[in-house]
Amino acid sequence: MSDFPFLSVLTVAPLVGAVVVALLPRSRPTLAKQVAFGWSLLVLVLSVVMWLTWQVGGDRFQFRESYPWIPNWGVNFTFAADGIALVMLMLIAVLVPLVILASWHDAESSKRSVPVYFALLLVLECTMIGVFAAADVFLFYVFFEVMLVPMYFLIGSYGGHQRQYAAVKFFLYSLVGGLFMLAAMIGLWVLGGKTFDWVALSQVDISTGAERWLFLGFFVAFAIKAPFFPFHTWLPDAGGAAPAGAAALLVGVLDKVGTFGIIRYCLPLFPDAAQWFAPWALAIAVIGIIYAALLAVGQNDLKRLVSYTSIAHFGFIGVGIFAFTTQAGTGAVLYMVNHGLATGLLFLVVGMLVARRGSALVSDFGGAGKLVPVLAGVLFFAGLASLALPGTAPFVSEFLVLIGTFTVNKPVAVIATLGIILAAAYVLWMVQRTTQGTLNPALTEIDGMKRDLNLREKVVVAPLIALIVLLGFYPKPVTDVINPAVQATMEDVGRTDPAPSIDSVQEAGR
Amino acid sequence: MNELELPPIDYAALAPILIMMGAAVVGVLVEAFVPRRLRHPVQLPLALLAVLAALTMVVLNADKRMITIGVIAIDGPTLFLQGAILVLSAVALLLVGERAIERGGAFVAQAAITADSPDDRRQAANSPGAGEVYPLVTFAVGGMLIFVSANDLLTMFIALEVFSLPLYLLCALARRRRLLSQEAAMKYFLLGAYASAFFLFGLALIYGFTGGLADRAAGVDFATIHAAVADSTQSPVLLFAGMALVAIGLLFKAAAAPFHVWTPDVYQGAPTPVTGFMAACTKVAAFGALLRVFHVAFEGARWDFTPVLGSVAVLTMLIGAVLAVTQTDIKRLLAYSSIANAGYLLVGVLAPGREGLSGTMFYLVAYGFAVLAAFAVVTLVRDADGEATHLSRWAGLGRRSPVYASVFTFILLAFAGIPLTSGFISKFAVFGPALEGGQVWLVIAGVLTSMVLAFPYLRVVVMMWLSEPGESTPTVTVPGALTSAALVIGVLATLVLGVAPGPLLELATNAADFVR
Repeated sequence: MSDFPFLSVLTVAPLVGAVVVALLPRSRPTLAKQVAFGWSLLVLVLSVVMWLTWQVGGDRFQFRESYPWIPNWGVNFTFAADGIALVMLMLIAVLVPLVILASWHDAESSKRSVPVYFALLLVLECTMIGVFAAADVFLFYVFFEVMLVPMYFLIGSYGGHQRQYAAVKFFLYSLVGGLFMLAAMIGLWVLGGKTFDWVALSQVDISTGAERWLFLGFFVAFAIKAPFFPFHTWLPDAGGAAPAGAAALLVGVLDKVGTFGIIRYCLPLFPDAAQWFAPWALAIAVIGIIYAALLAVGQNDLKRLVSYTSIAHFGFIGVGIFAFTTQAGTGAVLYMVNHGLATGLLFLVVGMLVARRGSALVSDFGGAGKLVPVLAGVLFFAGLASLALPGTAPFVSEFLVLIGTFTVNKPVAVIATLGIILAAAYVLWMVQRTTQGTLNPALTEIDGMKRDLNLREKVVVAPLIALIVLLGFYPKPVTDVINPAVQATMEDVGRTDPAPSIDSVQEAGR
Repeated sequence: MNELELPPIDYAALAPILIMMGAAVVGVLVEAFVPRRLRHPVQLPLALLAVLAALTMVVLNADKRMITIGVIAIDGPTLFLQGAILVLSAVALLLVGERAIERGGAFVAQAAITADSPDDRRQAANSPGAGEVYPLVTFAVGGMLIFVSANDLLTMFIALEVFSLPLYLLCALARRRRLLSQEAAMKYFLLGAYASAFFLFGLALIYGFTGGLADRAAGVDFATIHAAVADSTQSPVLLFAGMALVAIGLLFKAAAAPFHVWTPDVYQGAPTPVTGFMAACTKVAAFGALLRVFHVAFEGARWDFTPVLGSVAVLTMLIGAVLAVTQTDIKRLLAYSSIANAGYLLVGVLAPGREGLSGTMFYLVAYGFAVLAAFAVVTLVRDADGEATHLSRWAGLGRRSPVYASVFTFILLAFAGIPLTSGFISKFAVFGPALEGGQVWLVIAGVLTSMVLAFPYLRVVVMMWLSEPGESTPTVTVPGALTSAALVIGVLATLVLGVAPGPLLELATNAADFVR
């Protein structure tokens, strides 16, 4: 079974599904939804089989496939997954069916074709899987750029207020980053002996100056994608305007491409430059944590608020990556997964709330918990997960990042910890103003607010809640997969974990 | 006195040129002797057949590497570019020949009628278009075939005139908005005449330069120039001045800044099928000649011309990209986009070696198909008054006619260089070799301007898809079979060259050797 071409099949399957869904007649929207949902479940089943086939403790890269594409330039369709890519692929496979289910009625309000909406979601899944599964820099770039197109139309055609502006801003920001990466990629290709193969390129020696420029080219693209401060301004607009399902995928998965790219490409391909730039990267990551958290506190728009919390969380991931310890690195990757689950859940729940109220403004709510108690409870849970309460999955990753950073860089760890306090502020205050307190009389007049979660919505949130709790108590299955990959990356960079010194052990013993 | 010796002539190698010229002459005769209503049904197949026959001869010549009658070089780049011109002109002819979209086609019946007079309105409404467009196009194609194969500057000059004069006339033949069309032709002709004069003067200076050597005869064939550049000990002033003037003549045709000012006016005023023909085929011809002149004749002076041409390239990309942002007319927008693309192509011309050459040739083909498809869509978006080219009129087009809006979006994404389209592959094909040749600044300028250029393309996409259709949004006319065919060919080529560029790249790489 391990010879089965999992990665290429996983990449192509959603695309086939998208074509099928797009060809369904506009007059049968329900059929389109069912087909799309079924198809994404198939992808999930296939991914689970792949997960089970993965050999823990085996090779760093597994499921490798390679087919020639453009022989003149040494471009191949090379797919391979390491532990980091594997967990991200699982995250995609889990999130997409839930998002499709959660978006069941999202496309109907926009007067646009319903089948096309679900086809776009499946195209997005194809490109997202491709970008994580690619082991050829050229192929990675292709998916990285093409990914913009379905997302652009999801935001622009099906989004809410200011969708045009948000869609164009999203596209241009990402494209600018992508073009920097294109220049760096061509440079890498020329200096690396005209190959795009990741394994070959990671063994090439590049002169210090060129390495720094190439690192910057890739890093800017990924920092925009992630997004890190100060490249983050597109995300609140895009997240605020996108339909809730698309927004959940945007921050849950799409943005992880940035941090994934840093781990997979920036660090191993340009190890010396990565170390040289690390203080700067840490600085913008820490600024991002504090700055975005402060802005989140002040937001009155629920979706924008969640977007800002994500930027703060990406700061944590950035700190974890550039601390260069195995603990922090593992924490960062685990954070990517957990953040996808927690923020994905938060976005979906907020979407359900917004769909009922017809407004995303915090000030339009108040005491909603009295009308929709279950929904308010789920929102509270998602908020707690998002602020990394112990017992939820994000706690494990945030803790790993902080202790991994503390061993090598105390000031950064201390400042980052302040972000946790701010997180409590923005989450709890948001929950208080929307669902707690006295009931806003305007809410009682809206029919939608009288309906609590229906079965479909419960099915959407239940698996996410279960996973968040499960991974909060027992993250071992995921960390077992991640750890070797992170260790290998740290070896590529040439950093080893600081050995615990005798003094500190003795001190601890007293 | 010795008997005059005729140079050896390889008729097979010259066949594509001879076929096109012959067909043009026959076309003129058809225009003179065939009854009016039969002219169109005769002319179009005649022109297409000629193109096909010429293409067949190019394919049969594929292995020839020679210089025949001393002035025509038949080598890899010649054959590749001749093939490209013929294929693209076949697609353009389909657009030219379309009669189903508008009664009588896109061309005026009698160009001499005073614009906006009652007669003019009558002919615009119902008379069949002029048939002389076919021989004019055929002549132009024939001239282009000579242009890319010319192995001395004098032949190149004659070819330049042979393909330019029909283009000036074609620009003036628009059925509607006759004043714009005539103005475009006038501008193009006057500026083109200046450019030709520059070229001719440069040619004379180069002749003088080669003649300054005691031990060899003066001449303007590329081998002589190459040798003179390589081992000249005399002052290079004549060489530099001549090279600059020749370059101006060629850069004018290529629409490179600062010789680009005619482009937006001409692209806007000319009948749209002719605009497509110019954007695709003239680009190929002009860059074919630039490649040959700078890779063969002046190769020894590479260090001297690279900074100057590099600056021209940067300026061209910058002007094209920045001014495209401000455009409100789709044809002018595409014109500025074509200027910016000339800049990217110049980056390819400056990339040394085979890779640069093959990358540029690939770019030319890919761009030609995409731009023809783009102008094909432009011919379809129309209202009672002809084509609706103002951008505001395109608002909400995606809702009215999703298929054509999708096609146009795809083409725009290709222009923007999104992967899986030919636009991305061709950018890579010129930037890669340029970076390898150490032209880092050109690549950086190219990348930066690509970012700017993405904005106008995206604006059109936003217009079509995200804006609500207004009262004045025109519908898209159902295209006739010919336009459909051109559109399908253009879009398919853009897709295939983006997904599987291997074969054409292979072909271009194998062809990338000049005969000297």
